[in-house]
Amino acid sequence: MDQQVIKRFLKRKVSVFGGLIIIMFILTAIFGPLVAPYDPLQQNLANSYKGISSDHLLGTDNLGRDTLSRLIYGARISLGISLASIGLALIIGVSLGVTAGYYGGRVDNLIMRFVDILLAFPGILLAIAIVAILGNGLVNTMIAVAIFSVPDFARIVRSSVISLKETEFIEACRAAGASDIRIITKHIIPNSLSPLIVQATLMLGTAILIASGLSFLGLGVQPPNPEWGAMLSQGRELLRSSPLVAIAPGAAITFVVLSFSLVGDGLRDALDPKLKN
Amino acid sequence: MLRFIINRIFQVIPVLLGITILVFSMLHLIPGDPARTMVGIEASAEQIEQAREELGLNRPLHEQFFSFVGNAIKGDLGESIRTSLPVTEEILNRLPITINIAIGATIFATFFGMLFGIIAAINHNKFGDGLTMVISLLSVSTPSYFLGLLLMLVFSLHLGWLPTIGISTPIHYILPIVTLGAQAMGLIARMTRSGMLDVLRQDYIRTARAKGLPERVVIYIHAFKNALIPVVTVVGLRFGGLLAGTVLVESVFAVPGIGRFMVEAVLIRDYPVVQGTVLVVAVSFVLINLLVDIIYGLLDPRVRYT
Repeated sequence: MDQQVIKRFLKRKVSVFGGLIIIMFILTAIFGPLVAPYDPLQQNLANSYKGISSDHLLGTDNLGRDTLSRLIYGARISLGISLASIGLALIIGVSLGVTAGYYGGRVDNLIMRFVDILLAFPGILLAIAIVAILGNGLVNTMIAVAIFSVPDFARIVRSSVISLKETEFIEACRAAGASDIRIITKHIIPNSLSPLIVQATLMLGTAILIASGLSFLGLGVQPPNPEWGAMLSQGRELLRSSPLVAIAPGAAITFVVLSFSLVGDGLRDALDPKLKN
Repeated sequence: MLRFIINRIFQVIPVLLGITILVFSMLHLIPGDPARTMVGIEASAEQIEQAREELGLNRPLHEQFFSFVGNAIKGDLGESIRTSLPVTEEILNRLPITINIAIGATIFATFFGMLFGIIAAINHNKFGDGLTMVISLLSVSTPSYFLGLLLMLVFSLHLGWLPTIGISTPIHYILPIVTLGAQAMGLIARMTRSGMLDVLRQDYIRTARAKGLPERVVIYIHAFKNALIPVVTVVGLRFGGLLAGTVLVESVFAVPGIGRFMVEAVLIRDYPVVQGTVLVVAVSFVLINLLVDIIYGLLDPRVRYT
């Protein structure tokens, strides 16, 4: 990323604000065990249904577990799922998109029809269908979210590969005898990075929404793991007695998703100023 | 026009076929023996064999697929393992509730989305613009399952104005509809705003103003009508998405619709119900999009030639 892009990004204050929130959540996730006041799984029935106090800044749940500590550890799981699944989706999506765009013809048709079929499953439905096959749990949630995200990456990469492969510098590479793999890895993928970075940032937020949604439905990460969606699901039962058990993870999801979306928008404007105009 | 419609229908057929193949494959992609997974690890060999028989797993794969497709076309989606009732009947019993919520959410999202979009556009770069855009940004980022709980907390538990769960009276629909429609409302508000801002810069709007037309006429008669075309498409396309979004909202408000039915089926591994509900929602989504495409082509002749 060159200086110009960074300068343009920093000019957009809301995106910088979103970036700071994301950094804060990432630091919380990394240093969770150091900053969390209690063990997130430790039950203490004598302490259940406690409100906000100096001992428990976000109160406790029905089992006396500290909500703040669970929220902090939850950041590790939720952000971890989001990063891992988007990483996986990037690898699969970029491979499919590059293959389809670069080779064209039947390969392109076959891959893109498959992508179309995945896109025909609206919203969370595809993730639910995958969980129905694989079963619930942390790893399967990641896989489900990754497969859910693959079509977007594949389509974006394919369209930039199609426009790139007809350019003169790629033709020059081909004329110089460069292999397909070299052209793809050294020239095509690096030149398709801008839209990919923007999409990946936006999808990190969506991944949290989908993973938490699955856990909320009981199909993702299972209790007592403090994943935000699973916490929200538990908080639903305690809405009357301890509303913070639901509000805290819900607000965390909202803030993180909002922040990724602000950063994604900012990156889009910074990487492609023409688009903004 | 007829050629455009036939073209679109032909484009949809492979997608429908693909969905059917994927939904059919669900049962066969389950790691291990699906029959054993379904009846549980404590089941006897006899029970497993019976489950295999009921699911038709003993037959050759191609035979299973053709019978699945043939039956699905006839409206037969098999029997629920839990209730032994036909899946189609179970879905049809629940579908009206889900459709009502999705339609209600679409109307809510369209009305308030357009309203906020217009307010933002005519107050461009002023307080009204900022406020409506913050509301729309928040509504897009807030997960429906969190918004639902917040609304339930405020309007049901604290104020006591609305019921918490279930769907026995029309009032019960309010919270699920608002929860489901909020996200689409945010998107529609943003689209209406940018559409209106584009249109308001056009020459014919300047002409309308120069003619001395009142601002209200310029905004609502001249500008709004032309800003509407992309919004109509989004509204149509969102409807299909909202149908899937009911999965989460129905779970929040314990609404006995098709979404909750699907989730319960996944939890208890009632695979015929999972396959049936996924198929119905995905096919409906594709068909609704097809319909929107055709209507859009009827409304805007330019679309037909692209």
